[in-house]
This record gives sequence, structure tokens and C-alpha cells, in this order.
Amino acid sequence: MVRTAAALGVVLVLGLAGLAGEELTLKGSTTVLPIAQLAAEVFAELHPELAVSVQGGGSGTGIAALIDGTCDIADVSRPMKPSEWKRAVDRGVYPFHWLVALDGIAIVVHPSNPIRQLTLDQIRDIYTGEIINWKELGGPDLRIVPVSRDTASGTYEVFNEIVLRKEEPSAQGILYQSSNAAVAETVARTPGAIGYVGLGFLNPAIKALAVGEGGTYLLPSEEDVIAGTYPIARPLFMITDGFPQGVVREFILFVLSDEGQKLVKEAGYVPVRRVN
Amino acid sequence: MARAAERLVKALTWGCATLSLFGLGLITLFLFREAIPFFRHISPFSFLGGTAWYPTQEPPSFGILPMLAGSGLVTAGALALAVPFGVAVALFVGEVLPRGLRDPFKVAVEILAGIPSVVYGFFGLVVLGPWLQGRLGLPTGQTALTASLLLGVMALPTVASVAEDAVSAVPDSLREASLALGATHWQTMWRVVVPAARSGMFAGVFLGMGRAIGETMTVLMVSGNSPVWPPSLLSPVRTLTATIALEMAEAPVGGLHYRALFAVGAILFLFTLLLNVVGDLVAQHVGGKR
Repeated sequence: MVRTAAALGVVLVLGLAGLAGEELTLKGSTTVLPIAQLAAEVFAELHPELAVSVQGGGSGTGIAALIDGTCDIADVSRPMKPSEWKRAVDRGVYPFHWLVALDGIAIVVHPSNPIRQLTLDQIRDIYTGEIINWKELGGPDLRIVPVSRDTASGTYEVFNEIVLRKEEPSAQGILYQSSNAAVAETVARTPGAIGYVGLGFLNPAIKALAVGEGGTYLLPSEEDVIAGTYPIARPLFMITDGFPQGVVREFILFVLSDEGQKLVKEAGYVPVRRVN
Repeated sequence: MARAAERLVKALTWGCATLSLFGLGLITLFLFREAIPFFRHISPFSFLGGTAWYPTQEPPSFGILPMLAGSGLVTAGALALAVPFGVAVALFVGEVLPRGLRDPFKVAVEILAGIPSVVYGFFGLVVLGPWLQGRLGLPTGQTALTASLLLGVMALPTVASVAEDAVSAVPDSLREASLALGATHWQTMWRVVVPAARSGMFAGVFLGMGRAIGETMTVLMVSGNSPVWPPSLLSPVRTLTATIALEMAEAPVGGLHYRALFAVGAILFLFTLLLNVVGDLVAQHVGGKR
């Protein structure tokens, strides 16, 4: 629920705004929001004269804000699209992507479900309506309730590309949820449900499945995401206008430092390299 | 002195009225300016009549028929609950309760309208939905029915409050005349007060309908947001408002998806406009006959 509240676009203003006049504004993906918030909190302690503001709103919103000059850093859970690149360059904004973290997407079911592993093809068949009952997969005679993020979200885009291979999720009655937390909540309350959430949203009320591709099944884990062996993973970026200067550069360097990468881990995501 | 003050107040009210009209004009302008380019790429026919909504697929499909039906179904369900109960509450408060208790009771009903929609939504998500799921043996509790029940409760105060105003506005002379002719309390209420208050009650119904169609947060949380065609009360549905709320944050500004969401907004706008106009006409027509 904390994440949901944050995701609702609550503006978090840290530090003493307006004293020195220096400001740093981050905006964008709700997936990257926990990382941005944690990093901003610690960064603001190191720079008490700085006013750091962190906002959610979604990857698209963040990119639009960067192009309009209303934020310094756009948080995104997907790379920019060609149309966004064009818009940016037309306005004299030269986007610079910084890889700040990795995120594995876990396939989750209700804890009472005896199924332990599925192949990517089986998962795709569920979301395209080819498989509609758990008994077809060796489970109980129970109708499958597929749960998805809304089709505009970055998490969906990754799922669509890797698992659905860009097919339409045409199964009848897919439940679309507006946040990772809502997907987890729905799966936890629905015995027949299957869903997908970022690694940071796994909790004891839902069960992660081992995902198989080419014969080997892997549970989502940090090591396998860093190693690139877990199949459903994605990069998370912070985007700046050109190579950043001043506090923006300091902030990016902070996020990429060992200390920043530990915060990435603390937020429930996977650091870009192994940190202890 | 008095005239100067009068003029000032007149100017102020005139200014406020103009300002709100001006605001409405700007909203309309921007809404349609963002929406109209969409129809250069997609025909209105396939937009309104299409049953597939995959805005981020390649190639995308933009059919809002499932959402039109979803909004209609959820609203109809909500009214089926809110109208009978709202009118009953209005009659109870206006005709049955002793005068001293009317105001406190009415305030209590109106407090229902003050509960934030996210609270209704959360209640629906964790209590009502799972309960319906267990009771009716459904695969999921996030259905059109769940949304309808909650929206019905949310629209109830609107319907009840406006209808009660209409009931209280019926002059006592009518009631006294009816009673003096030997009619019972029930007959007076049903045959005299209700017909006399009809136009106000219709106004309440249309306001309640507007509330139900426009509600976003609650339906977003409890209806499952599944753009299925054809919809049913016991399956998940998606409404027009929920579509905008779900997808606007992530739609690249200026893109086709973004414009499609504005087009959905324009459709909603036209609906509400139509609802208001029809509501006005019906209220006038019905009221005029009396």
C-alpha cells in the first residue's frame, strides 16, 4: 500500500526548498519510483542546500516532462520510443539513457496453486486464451484468471515482448490492474489467478513460479537477472538532457555508486553489478 | 452607496458566471483539439464499433465498443440500485419522518456522498469483491456487479438529496387538500406528492446517472478493467473513464494512443452533455404537464 500511495503521484519534496534556490526534479515510471525516492532521500542528506522533488506518473509522463523542461531526470522502465526521440530532438533535447538498475519480472500465482513451473510458451497460451483451465497444465480443475498490468505500462511492454512475443493478450476476461501492487493484491485474493510483478513486489501472499525456456526452469533471483539467465528481465533507466552537469551529474553518479546500488537493492530491485 | 455596492456585486457575479463559461469553453476546445486529429487515422466507425482495444500492439486496435457497453452496464446497474432506494429515502425523509428528525437524517445520507471514492474502491477490492466471489462461485470478484453495487451506493445520496428537495418543495396546501378529500397518508404520498415532485426526481436521477458514468477511481479498482465483448454483470468489464485513468500516464504525449484517449474523453463529454440536455428537457416536459 505504501507503494500504491506513492504511485498515485504524491509529490515528495525533500530538503529545504527555496533556501539556496537549487532544485533537482525527477519524474516518471512508478516502477523506478522507489529507487528514485530512496536515492533522493540519502542524496538530500548529503546536500542540505538542495531541494529534491520526486514524482511518479509513468514513463511517458516523465519523458514528456523532460522534453518540456519541467524535470531534470526522467525515470523510465522502458527505453524511449522513436516518436519520443523525434519529439525530443525537435525541441533541442538530447536524451541520455543511464542504466541504473535491473528488474526481473516474476510470474506469480495464488499460494494454494500446486503448479510450480511453467514454460514461456505455456504462459503465452494462458494470456492468449489457448489454455483456460489449470487442469490443462496438470493442476486442479479451476478456471484460470489472468491478471495483467494495463497495456500502456512499461511492465506490460516487457511482458508483451518477451512472453507474448508481441501477440495480443486476447484471453477473455483478463483483469487489468493499474499498479504492480494491485496485481499482487488481486493474485493473492484469487485462487485461480496468474499474474506478473516486478521482483520488488514479491511477498509471502503470492507464489513465484519457476519459468522455463529450452528445458531449464529458473525461479526469479538476483543472480540470474544479473547473469542474464532469467528470461523475463528488463533494464531501468534514468534519462537526462545531454551529458548532465552540476547536481544532475552528481545525482546520477551517486545512483551508480556502490552506495546508490545498495539502495537499488534495498528498494527491491537488482543492481547493475554485484554489490555487497 | 447602496447602488455602488449593488453594482459591484452584480459585476462580481457576472464575472464569476463568465469565468466558468470561459473555463468550460477552454476545456471543450482543448479536448476536441487533441481528439480530432485521431480521426484522421482511424475512422469514427471503427472507433465506436470496434470490439478490440490493443492500443500498444503493433498494429494497434482502437475499438471502444466494449468500454461503451461496460460504462453503460455499470451505470445501469448502479441506477437500478440508486433510483428506487433514493426515491424511497426521499419520500421517507420528506413525508414520513417527523419534522424535527428530517434535517439530521438528510445530513446523514449526504455524508455518504462525502466518502472519498478511493475508500469505496478499497472496500470493494478487499471486502465486497471477495465476498461476491465466494457467494456466487465466480473465478474473480472484480466484476461489473461489484462496481454497480458500489456506484449505486455512491449515487444514492445524489438521487435522494435532489429528490427530497423536490418532495419538500411540494406545497402543503396540496397535501392538505388531498387529506381533506379523504385520501390516506399513503394515497396522498403516492398520488399527489410523487407526481408533483416528478420533475425534481427526474433531475435527481439524471444527476445520479452523471455521477455513475463519470466515476473513475472506484470502478478502476473493482471492475477488473477487462475490455470484453459482450460484457456481462458477472464478468470483469472496463469503463471509458477507467481506460483514460489506466493508460494516460504512460501514453507518449502527442501519439496516436494519447489522441485515442482524448477521443474517449470527447465521447464521455458528449455523453454527459446529452445527458444534461435530455435531463433538462424531460424535467421541463414532465414538470410542465403538472
